[in-house]
Amino acid sequence: MSLLNRAVTADTTLLAPAVQPPHADNSGVDGPLPPEPRRAAPTLEIHTGPQAGAAVGAVKVSARDVNVFYGDKQAIFDVSLDIPDRAVTAFIGPSGCGKSTFLRTMNRMNDTIPSARTTGSITMDGEDVNARDVDPVVLRARVGMVFQKPNPFPKTIYENVAYGPRIHGLARGKSELDGIVEASLRKAGLWNEVADRLDQPGTSLSGGQQQRLVIARAISVSPEVILMDEPSSALDPIATARIEELIDELRGQYCIVIVTHSMSQAARVSQKTAFFHLGRVVEAGPTEDIFTNPRDKRTQDYITGRFG
Amino acid sequence: MTEALPPLAGLRAASPAASAVQVAAERRLKRRYAAEQRFKWYGRLAIILALSFLAVLLTRIVGQGYTAFWTHSVTTQVRIDPARVDRSYIEGTNFDQMIAEAVLVRLGGRDDPEGLASGQIRRLLSPDLGLNLLVRVREDPSLIGRTVTVGGAVSDEADFYFKGGITREQPEGDRPLSNQQLDTLDRLQAEGLVRSGFNTTLFTRTDSTQPEIAGLLGAVIGSALTILVAALLAVPVGVLAALYLEEFSPRNRLTQFIEVNINNLAAVPSIVYGLLGVAVILNTFGLPRASPLAGGMVLSLMAMPTVIIATRSALKAVPPSIREAAFGVGASRTQTVFHHVLPLAMPGVMTGAILALAKALGETAPLLLIGMVAFTPSIPSGPTDAATVLPVQIFLWNNASERGFEERTAAAILVLLLFMICMNALAITLRRRFERRW
Ligand SMILES: Nc1ncnc2c1ncn2[C@@H]1O[C@H](COP(=O)(O)OP(=O)(O)O)[C@@H](O)[C@H]1O
Ligand SMILES: [Mg+2]
Repeated sequence: MSLLNRAVTADTTLLAPAVQPPHADNSGVDGPLPPEPRRAAPTLEIHTGPQAGAAVGAVKVSARDVNVFYGDKQAIFDVSLDIPDRAVTAFIGPSGCGKSTFLRTMNRMNDTIPSARTTGSITMDGEDVNARDVDPVVLRARVGMVFQKPNPFPKTIYENVAYGPRIHGLARGKSELDGIVEASLRKAGLWNEVADRLDQPGTSLSGGQQQRLVIARAISVSPEVILMDEPSSALDPIATARIEELIDELRGQYCIVIVTHSMSQAARVSQKTAFFHLGRVVEAGPTEDIFTNPRDKRTQDYITGRFG
Repeated sequence: MTEALPPLAGLRAASPAASAVQVAAERRLKRRYAAEQRFKWYGRLAIILALSFLAVLLTRIVGQGYTAFWTHSVTTQVRIDPARVDRSYIEGTNFDQMIAEAVLVRLGGRDDPEGLASGQIRRLLSPDLGLNLLVRVREDPSLIGRTVTVGGAVSDEADFYFKGGITREQPEGDRPLSNQQLDTLDRLQAEGLVRSGFNTTLFTRTDSTQPEIAGLLGAVIGSALTILVAALLAVPVGVLAALYLEEFSPRNRLTQFIEVNINNLAAVPSIVYGLLGVAVILNTFGLPRASPLAGGMVLSLMAMPTVIIATRSALKAVPPSIREAAFGVGASRTQTVFHHVLPLAMPGVMTGAILALAKALGETAPLLLIGMVAFTPSIPSGPTDAATVLPVQIFLWNNASERGFEERTAAAILVLLLFMICMNALAITLRRRFERRW
């Protein structure tokens, strides 16, 4: 029940003073704005970075004996996994091993596939997300999702970000909505690039910008968890670096799960890694351990590139 | 790789001493070019053939129908003889005879006791003149005893003579007008009493047994009302049905069965819908016969499967990533469909709907069955009045024996085509409008 309540009243941590946009006096979103402080260059070292040892939060999402079936075909077998809050968890594994499927159980996106069926329990903050009184629509506002191919709505940049808050009634009035849009775009690191063309189609942006727009769209409804399914696999290296940098910035405020095919990306951005193989989690643990000291032979083979 | 490819730049320069392999490769390449050329020409031929059929059709119709767009009228002065008008029963007056006699006198002739001479002239004038006079006298009885100017269309045969369709060279027995009548017409023209002009009657009047005073207004309004009823029923119902089937319904035996049958319905001959209309709409529901309401309902049944199929394919064409995106931010299924999927599918929906309705507009058989074939000389004032529609009007005029209906049939076809072109233009405009909103 509280899952429901919390989302509906979801008040905007977005509007925290640090990111409060100066819209109170000039009412517009395209007025002059202070330049964003320059960010440090992205770190691109292959081995696990300094964040590996960083403290991770408490368990946010917890899966126990999850099985997923597509019709008669089982895609996920008895997966039990804890996802920490305020950290990035990476799912790695060969194609077709069920990473996306498992990711989609966390926001019940599989409900939209008629043949899909899930058993086992998935709890978020101790509450069963599959409970009958949990509305998947509300759940999805709390568990945002970013897809492999950037999929902005064929609407304006502004509308893309404003849509979520609007349908969930998160803003009272235009100026509050403007504030959410700006704050979300700032958090997604896109504000400076689009502030003067919010009324242009989201699809006119470059691939990397589109993906950040999609992240801004996910952030706009104040989610607690953000699921990313290979968010940079369709992007060039520079856009990828930009996304990774962004994920690193968002990590302090959200529980982030990222599916990735790139071992080095998993190593760079995540604190915890789960290795999937044939629908099972073979090994899961701190990213550093998985990459430097895998216990299972299959994990070892995969991260050294022997199959995949 | 057993055979070498010819050197890229050396095709033409291949020396006689070139290896057999090279020659064979060259021949293959030539054959491929020839095949490509051949297919290009097949395609062009098909297009030329299709276009020439269309051109033949259009030239024939335009060639036959363009004369109907102008017509000849005559004006004359008539003294309204008080002795021949019963003031208490003005309608009983033979104004036609009065006008014919006035024309005869104007041309310096005298009537014979049997009234043969004036009778000959009456056949050259349309009943229009007499009717015009009647209307004016009824409105203003003080005209009785005065001389008034009255005008109106000449008869269809006289019109045909002025347009060159009847000539003196034809043997007198083979043409509908005698030499004497042709003399009269020539005299009328010489006296400056005949004028030619745009045939407004065609657009301001309704059906008549006399071609010179028959118009399409009733049929045009009937068609518009019928299509409006059909659109109001078929489009919302068809679109909602398609939305449900495509976006909401579970995939199971039942929905598959429904799907197959919708496709079948689209192929059912239109006359069957007509029979259904008689049985259900007229007999069971008791809606008025020959009304645009009944006709529109029958046509909406016909158009609906097409609307459903077009809408479903437009919905299918919306990329799934848009649905995922909407679900991903927590939109409900209804919100996803109405905020994102349907707007993107709208151009396809509109095109499909308007093409289905344009096809319904040209439909004749089912409307004949529900009684729209009846002679309807009045303008329908609402969807429950008896009416006729353009294609049925064309059918009726095509079957009429009067000469004047021949050119008017072709003219009516042109009007129907214009109606369709307007609908297609609307489809394109709507499509553009919706596309621009992305
Ligand atoms: N919508 C679906 N219907 C049926 N089977 C599916 C569907 N989506 C995925 N699968 C199957 O489930 C398995 C896991 O797929 P997926 O989760 O996409 O793997 P990954 O993301 O690791 O590449 C695959 O065998 C795939 O064929
Ligand atoms: Mg996947």
